[in-house]
Amino acid sequence: MNQSPHLNSFREGPDEEGRFGIFGGRFVAETLMPLILDLQEEWNRAKTDPAFQAELKELGAHYIGRPSPLYYAERLTQHLGGAKIYFKREELNHTGSHKINNCIGQILLARRMGKTRIIAETGAGQHGVASATVAARFGFPCIVYMGATDVERQAPNVFRMKLLGAEVRPVSAGNGTLKDAMNEALRDWVTNVDSTYYLIGTAAGPHPYPELVRDFQSVIGVEAREQILAAEGRLPDLVVAAVGGGSNAIGIFHPFLDDKDVKIVGVEAGGKGLDGEEHCASLTAGSPGVLHGNRTYLLQDGDGQIKEGHSISAGLDYPGIGPEHAWLHDTGRVEYVPIMDTEALEAFQLLTRLEGIIPALEPSHAIAEVIKRAPKMGKDQIIVMNLSGRGDKDIFTVGRILGMEL
Amino acid sequence: MTARMDKRFAELATEGRPALVTYFMAGDPDYASSLEIMTTLAKAGADIIELGMPFSDPMADGPAIQAAGQRALKGGQTLARTLQMARDFRKGDDRTPIVLMGYYNPIYIYGVERFLDEALDAGIDGLIVVDLPPEMDDELCIPAVRKGVSFIRLATPTTNEKRLPVVLENTSGFVYYVSMNGITGSALPDPSLISEAVGRIKAHTKLPVCVGFGVKTAEHARAIGASADGVVVGTAIVNQIASSLTADGQASAATVAGVETLVMSLASGVRAARLAAAE
Repeated sequence: MNQSPHLNSFREGPDEEGRFGIFGGRFVAETLMPLILDLQEEWNRAKTDPAFQAELKELGAHYIGRPSPLYYAERLTQHLGGAKIYFKREELNHTGSHKINNCIGQILLARRMGKTRIIAETGAGQHGVASATVAARFGFPCIVYMGATDVERQAPNVFRMKLLGAEVRPVSAGNGTLKDAMNEALRDWVTNVDSTYYLIGTAAGPHPYPELVRDFQSVIGVEAREQILAAEGRLPDLVVAAVGGGSNAIGIFHPFLDDKDVKIVGVEAGGKGLDGEEHCASLTAGSPGVLHGNRTYLLQDGDGQIKEGHSISAGLDYPGIGPEHAWLHDTGRVEYVPIMDTEALEAFQLLTRLEGIIPALEPSHAIAEVIKRAPKMGKDQIIVMNLSGRGDKDIFTVGRILGMEL
Repeated sequence: MTARMDKRFAELATEGRPALVTYFMAGDPDYASSLEIMTTLAKAGADIIELGMPFSDPMADGPAIQAAGQRALKGGQTLARTLQMARDFRKGDDRTPIVLMGYYNPIYIYGVERFLDEALDAGIDGLIVVDLPPEMDDELCIPAVRKGVSFIRLATPTTNEKRLPVVLENTSGFVYYVSMNGITGSALPDPSLISEAVGRIKAHTKLPVCVGFGVKTAEHARAIGASADGVVVGTAIVNQIASSLTADGQASAATVAGVETLVMSLASGVRAARLAAAE
């Protein structure tokens, strides 16, 4: 599928129908179509409204703590003995991950649209926490759908959401993970169309969500690009990020897409290996299909039934991926590779010990890929990696696997 | 539009009553029982059959239909077997229109052209694909209509005057008015609101308007049928099947019999609809 399109730019998508090549679109029930069209209109107005952009910037600076630092990981660089490694420190944002960037943007949209109730889905709970946070900050009631399995393995985040005043509704259908939570959120939305704003956390779903989530997250890449130019006087050789639905990855990738000397790598959850069923590598091991409002790569069987994925990291445990990543994969602009649970776990520990940063299990997958690539690169080369979230939420999971008493 | 669907609505017009449209999930709980349910629906008074195509992630359906889909998938149902079920049904009934209802992905994976050719060959008259709004008509709607398979669209309470012509543009067969914002299996809203909405749609189209979501009893069927050209019953039938299953999920003697009793009662409801309306 690696056709080589003669594109002037990789940054012009989606088209008016919300398509990135064959991917994306608006595959939703009729009940939702008027809402999605309303959202698109409001988003088009907001994009060019200086007052909206100013408020977003103000909240970014004083509520989220932007810009997040670009940190030279000196000890990890020395340890690996190759390329210079920089981390974009999204884990230092308010609420501990990149998710807040998108939530602030969308809550401002919800307010503009006169909505009175927020719903969200969450996997690792990072998006749920960020949604509950902005709902508290702007005075909206908030309901978060979360797979029952995830409620169990991400207990600290469940507690945070409750403290923030959100109602967490466990979803026991299917395997009780992110896919099932998203189904349930869509059901809520279709039932409460007038009052409710659906705050989607990843760069997937029906148009215009993949576009607007990307645009809110692109602040990561815009800053990183300026910061690396300031620090090194040139662009990096390699940009790396973990990909579940793909919001942190598209956020850092997008501003670099037309810099053709910058290699870009997305890291999928290889779970327990691609030979079996227990992974979430939809690009490496899936095929194009239609789910949750968009056409994209999915883990599915020959009858078009969606499979349940597996990952040690709840945030990557989704059998699909954002449509723009599907397109970047097919065009060959971004390389997508799998990292296994065990490799992510080793990377988690290495970073914690060498840099004094406890990463979330999601970016631990990206770290594992950096660990593989940096030693093979020259000392004059530069890697920028998105450290998208902190690992406080994962210490219980990791403790259990490592057999440590907590 | 297929001749079977046209003929059926013409017959109903002569009889002066609305259609009873019944939905059930193909392969729930197993192929043989499901085929028997299908033939029973027609014999018990269903005028049109909606054959549910199971999907792992039915985002617009409630828990009852989701569970039915899971049972069917567990029983080995696939899109190919659903088409086979229609073919088997047609051996004994060439008059009752069959509408396949479900989600797009299994069709997309099967291949749109192959699916449409086989569906026509199996005696399928129409399609309802929940996650294909008019904006996505190039995917399946236009190829289907070109081959002579009706593409039945859902109109909902959120479908306003501006949107209604868009929804109706490539619709054929009939219009399925979803009586509420929500998922299948919810409570029935006020019949007078439904009657008003049906009138609004009819001002824009000559197609029959069938109403579904929330219809559970003969009395509901009678009340809705007073203004609509058809009444769709789904979750009530699916629940009837679910309640008849043995502890390990197998069909029992009551499975087919229960569906027969329910559908006969609903059929009496639609037959009384216009009499009641005329009073």
